[in-house]
Amino acid sequence: MQPVPEVSLFPTCIVDAVKPEIGFATAHILERMGYAVAVPDAATCCGQPAWNAGHAEAAAEVARTTLEALAETGQEIVVPAGSCATMIRVFWRELFELHGDAEDRELVANVAARTFELSEFMDARGAPNGDIDDPESVVYHRSCHMQRELDIVEQPEAVLDTYIADRRRSASEGRCCGFGGMFSIKLPEASVAMADEVLDSLAATGAARVVSCDASCLMQLEGRAARRGMDLAFVHLAEVADRATGSPT
Amino acid sequence: MTVIPIEELTLRQRTAVAVDEPRLRISLERATDTLSSRQSTAYGQFADPERLRSAARAAKAQVLSRLPDVLEQLADRLEASGVVVHWASTDREACDVVTTIAMERGVRRVVKSKSMLTEEIGLNQALDGIGVEVTETDLGEWIIQLAGETPSHIIVPAIHRDRAQCRDALQTVSDEPLGDAPQDLAAFAREALRSRFLAADMGISGVNFAVAESGSLILVTNEGNGRLTTSVPPIHVAMLGMERVLESWDQLDLFLALLTRAATGQPITTYVSAITGPAQAEEGEGPEEVHVVIVDNGRSEILGTEFTEMLACIRCGACLNACPVYRVTGGHAYGWVYPGPMGAVLTPLLLESEAAGEVADASSLCGACWEACPVGIPLQDMLLALRRRQAEEATLAERTAWRVWAAAWSRPSTYRASLRTGAIATGMFDPSSLRGPVRRWSDGREMPKVPKRSFRQQWKESRQ
Repeated sequence: MQPVPEVSLFPTCIVDAVKPEIGFATAHILERMGYAVAVPDAATCCGQPAWNAGHAEAAAEVARTTLEALAETGQEIVVPAGSCATMIRVFWRELFELHGDAEDRELVANVAARTFELSEFMDARGAPNGDIDDPESVVYHRSCHMQRELDIVEQPEAVLDTYIADRRRSASEGRCCGFGGMFSIKLPEASVAMADEVLDSLAATGAARVVSCDASCLMQLEGRAARRGMDLAFVHLAEVADRATGSPT
Repeated sequence: MTVIPIEELTLRQRTAVAVDEPRLRISLERATDTLSSRQSTAYGQFADPERLRSAARAAKAQVLSRLPDVLEQLADRLEASGVVVHWASTDREACDVVTTIAMERGVRRVVKSKSMLTEEIGLNQALDGIGVEVTETDLGEWIIQLAGETPSHIIVPAIHRDRAQCRDALQTVSDEPLGDAPQDLAAFAREALRSRFLAADMGISGVNFAVAESGSLILVTNEGNGRLTTSVPPIHVAMLGMERVLESWDQLDLFLALLTRAATGQPITTYVSAITGPAQAEEGEGPEEVHVVIVDNGRSEILGTEFTEMLACIRCGACLNACPVYRVTGGHAYGWVYPGPMGAVLTPLLLESEAAGEVADASSLCGACWEACPVGIPLQDMLLALRRRQAEEATLAERTAWRVWAAAWSRPSTYRASLRTGAIATGMFDPSSLRGPVRRWSDGREMPKVPKRSFRQQWKESRQ
């Protein structure tokens, strides 16, 4: 018998704390793809909140814990968040240039090379077959770091198209939802106005659900839509795929 | 609404005021959408836009690496063709050069073509101070001058005003009632400005590019006012930011192609003027005197730092049009002369004050600016670098808060404990010292529902 390949799931702090269902959906998909899933216990947060706020030293302190935990796994690492995957693959190098040593940087190169954003991983390795062709319409919201820093644009759309018959496109495709970490509370009025712009054009597509690969964008858009009483559902791509490939709804 | 001085209101207050103006939002949305889509259409004319962008970035890096030499060559060539070259280290010095020329020549009336550099150094106020009457001759710029405002976009200064608001400004100098059809307003301005061009003693312009190899000043305009400003009055004073110099016409070829497409989506503007000296003996027309003021005003301090590449900015405005923050706030909320992502980088660098430093926060770091930039300036990386610089001078409370967060989240056990307390929902986004973090989120948005047990905890239980 072939040994079952293992993969590490780094859930990210926001999924860990606020959206466990995204973590489970991700694990289910990976298992359906034929992987045994491990969740490294000592990984906490990628350090992004502090990094984006300019507090690089604090970011490095937290990121080092996660770096060491992920380095120990030796397996491919899947992250259900475009922005955290970007932090690991792009910004950790810079972060540990500023606040790290040669050993850190070696670990970063090692970890970054085997870290994947979820939809990218699904697209590359073959997304699990869906039993049902989900008839409920969706519109995909691109997250900023994922599309511009990692250049992951087509993969999530291709994955969605294997499960969803009716995927719509919004006029504001590619525009930031206004979250931006600390930005969302440093300049809340601008942040909310940005969410409104994106929400208006998402709603104009008439889609029932908004899908994203980042829980943070979803939290921003969902929080604002709920306040406005908009009739839109917000789900992570992992949840769409999970539902389409066998999990009871 | 006009510029809100950064010393008076915080960045948050300024942006909050701006997003609350429905007419502003509509004007901005319409204009930035149009400009962005024109840029992408125009870029479609290039076989390989990325190659041109890399070439422009490399060319600028080369010029900046030998900037003093290139400037010296420019000055030599200019002087050889009879241009008087002045060097100004500060805004004050630059204004003094111009007011001195004006006083020595008995100048009473000045016409100006649009120049953000003159906004930066406060030239209109300086001229006003010596009793010189200044007329802005770019239509948008004239409208905001009449309205007592400042530009809110570096290419489209009156972008924040709708048609009726533009009419209202022009009405203040018209005896006849004006309609708000754009062609009628333009016709009125054309007529009214013509007499001012003829009466002017001095014309002041900016410079889009200076070409060192021939000592030429390049002006890129659409309305023809630039050409009149620089050729009708007997004296022409050109204000040149010291980083706006190129080595050669080959480089100019590349930068012109990028500038006009990135700024307005045009393959070329209506006018591209190259000024190489005053009127020669055999020429019947043109200014008797041409002066160039090469302005530093903080630029040489940027040179050689991690922000050097900001000096590659060609002031096209593409990053403003692409920016989702600018789109909802407009330019005045940035608090100074330069708005949008390029302004959020330049303001802290050129003003060097605490209030100016805060402007680097006016970005969600989405990277749309970098994507739109014709010379590939990594604006979001610079904003982040500015925030790091700012963080070094953060309050003790803020630094302490981040240190406490780092201590807790760098240990799995204390990280898990912090999730259990439910403090995360607010704490993770704001371990710093901002007042009222919860309300800052919840005034406009619902709080996420935080589960009692974290994913990891539930995961472990499910695997037992």
